[in-house]
Amino acid sequence: MKVTITVNGAKTTHDVEPRLLLVHYLRDVLGLTGTHIGCDTTSCGACTVHLNGLAVKSCTLLAVQADGGEVRTVEGLARNGQLHPIQEAFWEEHGLQCGFCTPGMMMTALQILERHPKPTEDQIRHGLEGNLCRCTGYQHIVNAVQAAARKMEGQNAKRR
Amino acid sequence: MAVSRLFGARVKRRDDPQLITGKATFTDDVTLPGVLYAAVVRSPHAHARITRIDASRARRHPGVRAVFTGRDLADRLAPMPCAWLVPGCELKVPRRPVLADDRVRHVGEGVAVVVAEDRYAARDAAELVAVSYEPLPAVINQEEATRAGAPRLHDDVPDNTAFTWTTTGGDARAAFAAADVVIHQRFTNQRLIPNAMEARAATAHANPATGELTVWVTSQNPHIHRFVLSIVLKMPEHKLRVIAPEVGGGFGSKIPVYPEDALVAFLARELGRPVKWTEDRRENYLATIHGRDHITDLEIAARSDGTLLALRGRTYANLGAYLSLAAPGIPTILHGLMLAGAYTISAVEYTVHGVVTNTTPVDAYRGAGRPEATYLVERAVDLVAAKTGLDPAEVRRRNFIPKEKFPYTVPAGITYDSGDYDVALARALAMVDYEAFRREQAAARKAGRYLGLGLSTYVEICGLGPSPVAGAVGFQGGLYGSATVRMAPTGKVEVMIGESPHGQGEETTFAQIVADRLGVPFEDVEIVSGDTARTPMGWGTYGSRTTVVGSGAVVTACDRLIEKGRQIAAHLLEASPDDVVFQDGRFSVRGSPDRSKSIQEITLQATLAWNLPAGVEPGMEATAFYDPPNFVYPFGAHACTVEVVPETGEVRLLRYVAVDDCGRVINPMIVDGQVHGGIVQGIAQALLEEAVYDRNGQLLTASMLDYAVPRAPQVPRMETDRTVTPSPHHPLGLKGIGETGTIASTAAVANAVMDALAPLGITHLDMPYTPRRVWHAIQQRGEVRP
Repeated sequence: MKVTITVNGAKTTHDVEPRLLLVHYLRDVLGLTGTHIGCDTTSCGACTVHLNGLAVKSCTLLAVQADGGEVRTVEGLARNGQLHPIQEAFWEEHGLQCGFCTPGMMMTALQILERHPKPTEDQIRHGLEGNLCRCTGYQHIVNAVQAAARKMEGQNAKRR
Repeated sequence: MAVSRLFGARVKRRDDPQLITGKATFTDDVTLPGVLYAAVVRSPHAHARITRIDASRARRHPGVRAVFTGRDLADRLAPMPCAWLVPGCELKVPRRPVLADDRVRHVGEGVAVVVAEDRYAARDAAELVAVSYEPLPAVINQEEATRAGAPRLHDDVPDNTAFTWTTTGGDARAAFAAADVVIHQRFTNQRLIPNAMEARAATAHANPATGELTVWVTSQNPHIHRFVLSIVLKMPEHKLRVIAPEVGGGFGSKIPVYPEDALVAFLARELGRPVKWTEDRRENYLATIHGRDHITDLEIAARSDGTLLALRGRTYANLGAYLSLAAPGIPTILHGLMLAGAYTISAVEYTVHGVVTNTTPVDAYRGAGRPEATYLVERAVDLVAAKTGLDPAEVRRRNFIPKEKFPYTVPAGITYDSGDYDVALARALAMVDYEAFRREQAAARKAGRYLGLGLSTYVEICGLGPSPVAGAVGFQGGLYGSATVRMAPTGKVEVMIGESPHGQGEETTFAQIVADRLGVPFEDVEIVSGDTARTPMGWGTYGSRTTVVGSGAVVTACDRLIEKGRQIAAHLLEASPDDVVFQDGRFSVRGSPDRSKSIQEITLQATLAWNLPAGVEPGMEATAFYDPPNFVYPFGAHACTVEVVPETGEVRLLRYVAVDDCGRVINPMIVDGQVHGGIVQGIAQALLEEAVYDRNGQLLTASMLDYAVPRAPQVPRMETDRTVTPSPHHPLGLKGIGETGTIASTAAVANAVMDALAPLGITHLDMPYTPRRVWHAIQQRGEVRP
């Protein structure tokens, strides 16, 4: 089947098997290997991307379900060589160790901050519930999301 | 000692930019032209004889290039070796073929491999391989496996007992005879699944021109992988290159060399095309090692004043179906020798039976033997406190090895390098406001609420370790650290290390050390690891060893360059080498600071070699191997408070306080991260995680839906602090920090939950303390009516 999916602003069109998972489309067809696979059961969130503005687990969607849609992956977070505030915050707050869960973690964090620009710690922890990290114990990830919220608030204030 | 600008600073990690932008290369990200994909056909039976394999339909499947069964490989590949041959315990290592060729002994054991043009075709075809089995009776529990009449897994392992290991020190019999208090308790350290977020993967490529085979693999120790693969593939090491690219967590599970690693390498060599294999999570749960799984009977002898006299016990350690790479050493050397913990217990008599069962092999999982030991001894201390009516903190203080007694040799024979246990405990008690909590707890109990506080004053053995000791305990390798420090003509520094960090941050902390030591900009230092073709022989990253032994090698190599630079600088400055001092990256003549040369200038001169002093070789490169004189022994005090909700059995974590002593700290941010992650893995053993098999050997918790890896809302914000007791024998005073959290925290949580339940007369429950288990225990006491 032919699918057309806009990924990080670029239109992509490929002939794919109907059963091809979106995550395999991103990784194997487009070569965007920043999105990872950590489980087979929609449990770990390593594969989280945004589809039409919503955080989704790309291992549980078929590529054909994203046909005509817009996908944003970790590779689309930085703009013009400038890290996204969430990326800066994960770096500064040591929000990653092995880094495998990090792309999905950051895509979920972005969704949390879109919904709660000034999130409480509880909102962050519950927002991250679908993303597993085995390295950090989550504390520095929570700190990173808090720091990102401050950065993004600052940026928005500047724009105003 | 150079403790200057960068040592101790909170420097951001230099490996992060590639990881946060999605540019990092993990093993499954390695893409080679013409790559084929492998899928493994796995046994659905825990124990069965393979009677027939029909791969004809799989071979005809579109896109399939090859199918191999265990019998096809039997003469081509050597069996998977076990590499920790613990002496003096009648160790028996049963044969473990790369693919089962006669019998399968656990669910998930590989019986055939299919290679196809894409992932999906390989998986489809794997389902078409028809394997006929004759099921055999299976045994899952390690105690049952040793009983008469139990199904036997291996003809050459009688009673399914691969070893019986004993450690004795002091006179336990006399101590028990003299004791006022003797307590017997049965404990389990349940089976856990490591759950690195990246499952395993391997990609191999054979160069047809040179015969060299390159293997990218999810490894914590690429040099060990190369060593073992050369044996299994029957191929010389210089024709093998092993690369561990970014590795998405290991926690011990990526130490072993696995059958699939050898399989992928073999297939690439055999088929002349690159081959990739990537484990899915279910396979990871079935075919990657598990951890813990001990059943222990422990007797504790004490005096009525709380003095701990002796421990006597017996553990049945479940090893799974085969002896994984390091398996025999984990429940013995890394466990039994640490049983006395931080205390002056004068006698220990302890026997460990290593037992094979029809389950996934068990090997090192974060802490590896030491969390199990800490759980036993820290629970034992609390049982003594309960029995004698003494405060658990006071019992600890009365039994701590005093600061002035270090180095201290415990009954098991190992010598702790240093410690100051009182100070760490005092700090933790102050942080958790111990007295105030006890008052709050007393008031809560009157109101029918169950609060508890648990302590864990752990000590661990890590920084593995002196190679002669490794040899003496049967570890089939060395345990030194290694580093090559190479300065380029322009003064930039490459540091190649034999360890293989994968998230622990040595790319940053070692650059901090080197920049300080050589007086060069941090940005000019690159740490290289994970590639056998670029790095000196080294033994990898595990056992909280990389920072300890790796830094020893790094500073030794740096010092050799400085010494060489001093000779060259003296020659160029027309001074005696004894008069040349090195500071902040400059060699200068004592008393004449204007007569000086930077290390970069000297490096250029060393590289050009136009004018070197007699007897000095060109180049600015040094390799050092650092074999530590002893292990290091980090310690600390953790305190956890909980509330148990009697109506539901839920355990709510209130606070978690950790005071750790890992000696001098290179980068506090990274140490905090290691501590946090470790604590949560230990909390998980206490409250959440358990690998459960049914009687037939089916893993019931075979997915992340069924196995409870902790999630962000389930863990508290941790409060950390540190004391600093430098290791007296390490050049920088360092100790390891990678496993302390896990080693300490399970016992702290366990003690807190037992403390909360004490008013109900509950003195022991097995972990994990799930709501169901706790609720049942409360109901059985009949004292709480919701």
